[in-house]
Amino acid sequence: MFETLTQRLTASFSALRGGRSLSEEQLDEGLAEVRRGLLEADVHIQVARRLTSAVRDRLVGEERLEGVDPAQQFVHAFHAELVEVMGPEDARLSFAKSGPTVILMAGLQGAGKTTTCAKLARWLRDEHHKRPLLVAADVKRPAAVEQLQVLGERIDVPVFHQPGATPPQVCLAGVEHARATGADVVLLDTAGRLHVDEELMAEVAEIARVTNPDDQVLVVDAMTGQDAVSSAGAFHSRLALTGVVMTKLDGDARGGAALSLKAVTGCPILFIGTGEKIEDLDAFHPERMAGRILGMGDVVGLVEKAQEQISEKEAQVSFERMVMGSFTLEDMLSQLRMVRRMGPMKKVLGMMPGMSSQLDQLDVDDAQMNRLDALFTSMTPRERLQPDVIDMSRRRRIARGAGQDVGAVNDLLKRFRGMKKMMKQMGKLGLGSKMGAGAKRDALKGLSPSGELAGGGGGLLGGLGGLFGGGGGGGAAGAGAPADLADALGGGARPMGSSATRKSASKRRKKDRRSRKGRKGRRK
Amino acid sequence: MGLIGRLKGRLGRTRSAISDGISGLFRGGREIDADLLAQLEDLLYSSDLGPVAGTLCDELTRLHRRGELRDEEGVRDALRALLLERLAQPVEEVDLSHEPTVILVVGVNGSGKTTTIAKLAHRFQAQGKSVLLGAADTFRAAAARQLEVWAERNDAPIVRPERDGYDPAAIAFDSCESAEALGIDVVLIDTAGRLHTQKNLMSELEKVRRVIAKRIPGAPHETWLVLDGTNGQNAVLQAREFTSAVEVTGLVVAKLDGTARGGAVFGIKEALGLPVRYIGTGETLGELEVFEPRSYVEAILGGGD
Repeated sequence: MFETLTQRLTASFSALRGGRSLSEEQLDEGLAEVRRGLLEADVHIQVARRLTSAVRDRLVGEERLEGVDPAQQFVHAFHAELVEVMGPEDARLSFAKSGPTVILMAGLQGAGKTTTCAKLARWLRDEHHKRPLLVAADVKRPAAVEQLQVLGERIDVPVFHQPGATPPQVCLAGVEHARATGADVVLLDTAGRLHVDEELMAEVAEIARVTNPDDQVLVVDAMTGQDAVSSAGAFHSRLALTGVVMTKLDGDARGGAALSLKAVTGCPILFIGTGEKIEDLDAFHPERMAGRILGMGDVVGLVEKAQEQISEKEAQVSFERMVMGSFTLEDMLSQLRMVRRMGPMKKVLGMMPGMSSQLDQLDVDDAQMNRLDALFTSMTPRERLQPDVIDMSRRRRIARGAGQDVGAVNDLLKRFRGMKKMMKQMGKLGLGSKMGAGAKRDALKGLSPSGELAGGGGGLLGGLGGLFGGGGGGGAAGAGAPADLADALGGGARPMGSSATRKSASKRRKKDRRSRKGRKGRRK
Repeated sequence: MGLIGRLKGRLGRTRSAISDGISGLFRGGREIDADLLAQLEDLLYSSDLGPVAGTLCDELTRLHRRGELRDEEGVRDALRALLLERLAQPVEEVDLSHEPTVILVVGVNGSGKTTTIAKLAHRFQAQGKSVLLGAADTFRAAAARQLEVWAERNDAPIVRPERDGYDPAAIAFDSCESAEALGIDVVLIDTAGRLHTQKNLMSELEKVRRVIAKRIPGAPHETWLVLDGTNGQNAVLQAREFTSAVEVTGLVVAKLDGTARGGAVFGIKEALGLPVRYIGTGETLGELEVFEPRSYVEAILGGGD
């Protein structure tokens, strides 16, 4: 999503790379380039200025660290400043202590309020066990009420509407209705309005006055330009905004607005919309977003997705098979499917460090995954378990069955052998641990921008990169996924980070190995 | 009030952003120097001009070195000329002489496609043309219903799917067929909003286009991309991707009634040379203006009355 900003920063950083130390002229040159990049990424002019001067202050005052690449020092300072501007902490919705929580959603036309309301309702119900009620208070746009009703039906959340009433009346009645029906969160979907439209701004202020919302959320289109700040400022002056939802971040919007909004209005970003499906709403994490902007990937997000979709047992079984050297095509298939469960390939790969900038060229397509799947499924179970039996005539049959040519089968087998070889080597090193409770924390540490990211992405993700035949997966893509991640996905990983990271990683592994032994002992 | 006056009122915020900014730069009788030009560049960036801002300032710097840029008026005049040069396009009404003329309307989610179609229908009807609406947004919940409400208000026939999730290409085909049968002059086809990065949705659009061409050779006669005027540099990427998928022939810039700058248009002109056809300046059916470069630049810069 932030590819363009990332590409630009990478270009200006590479000019800095290589030098032993950073002269002030070099620094200013780099900063000027970055400032231009920020502006072209729709970052608000004031914020761009502030950001670059803050980075400058940080770097000029800072001791030159022995043996640290100046470019890295630059990235580190930038990362810290970005987190500062967008966060610095994760923001949350606030819930009412008694009675239903009222969430008012406002924004310009076409920002995505109605869709976000439905996404948020689903999220509140599924992740927080709430009983949400949607209130359709957009009586202006034709069929807006119907749109919300259809969405409500789809996610099985009740929608309240009162024909003929004014929006403040509808909202007030909606809150009453929630009280009467036992709903504990009320989402008010208001009409899109321009911040210069006095009448409509007074109306939304009136809605806030009569319903006394716990959260007043502004919905903002991520593609918004410099105007984002002035419109958000106008909404903020009429409402007491408590947060922002940034929509349409699944495109290539550089999201400069995300950087600017918090800085100028002081309102934290709560959620980001990342797709057209109702589930495509993610909590916003400044730390991750900063990493993403700088091309470090969203490793924590990837780990969480993996945790959601892949059971520990699955990962463990798969891992053990790998290091035992008994990796088969059957295992490769089950891994392929595990990863696919995490979502569309482009999204998953986009979260990997260093991959986002390559996605443009990679042209990752889920259809490609389907073709791979077809190759696997046109093999017999025996072929999958004993790949050695696959001779030329079997290859031809497999290709025919999958509707592809023999070259595709050969390719797959070649990659399989490559993966198997790689895993055998890793198994010899005795590496790997399954995802522990502290893995998330550790992965966060791994994201620390000071050093290289911990670990070279090995195992499955590395293999995946191989499957696409381009880029070469996480490890080859420059920075790899932390060891934990690859482990979680069933692969082993060879840490290639700084010595400090390596030490802590090996400590962790030792600990895990011990505890695993302990458990085994008990089982016996 | 003339067109320029009306536009200025609507684009007023934009105007004051650049125009007042320039006045501010020269306050206290400041001379033109590198510092002032750098500040001017920031000012232009804040109008969503993007990289164009940098190019403009490079050219101003060149003029200044040659001694052709002396005072505030000089800067305004030079900027006006440079901006106008970038927007130059023949002012012409759209050719609606095909029978029927098919116009495909595309854009990202929430850019203002459906409202723009309602306004276009209103405009063409006022020119004495009969209009048919095709509701090929079969994805978003109740989108067809939204267009239907507009069709009722405009008293125009509509071809709509029986349910959500219907094949949009089929709706487009049926629209063309009905238009021919009814002897309609203009067919406006609404499509689902899609982010330009979604390959499969872009190929869906391509299919819609192909199917239209199959039914009526030479159609769609126009393919218009509706841009949200509040969008920043992403608009350029949108224009590029949509153009490569469905051969966009023109732009409609919506939502220029707020404080949005609409400066992205310059970047699009530079990169793709697409003409801007109309701009949306309000919420009522009548608030759609034919794009006119001179007024647009005047409105952005201020002065010149």
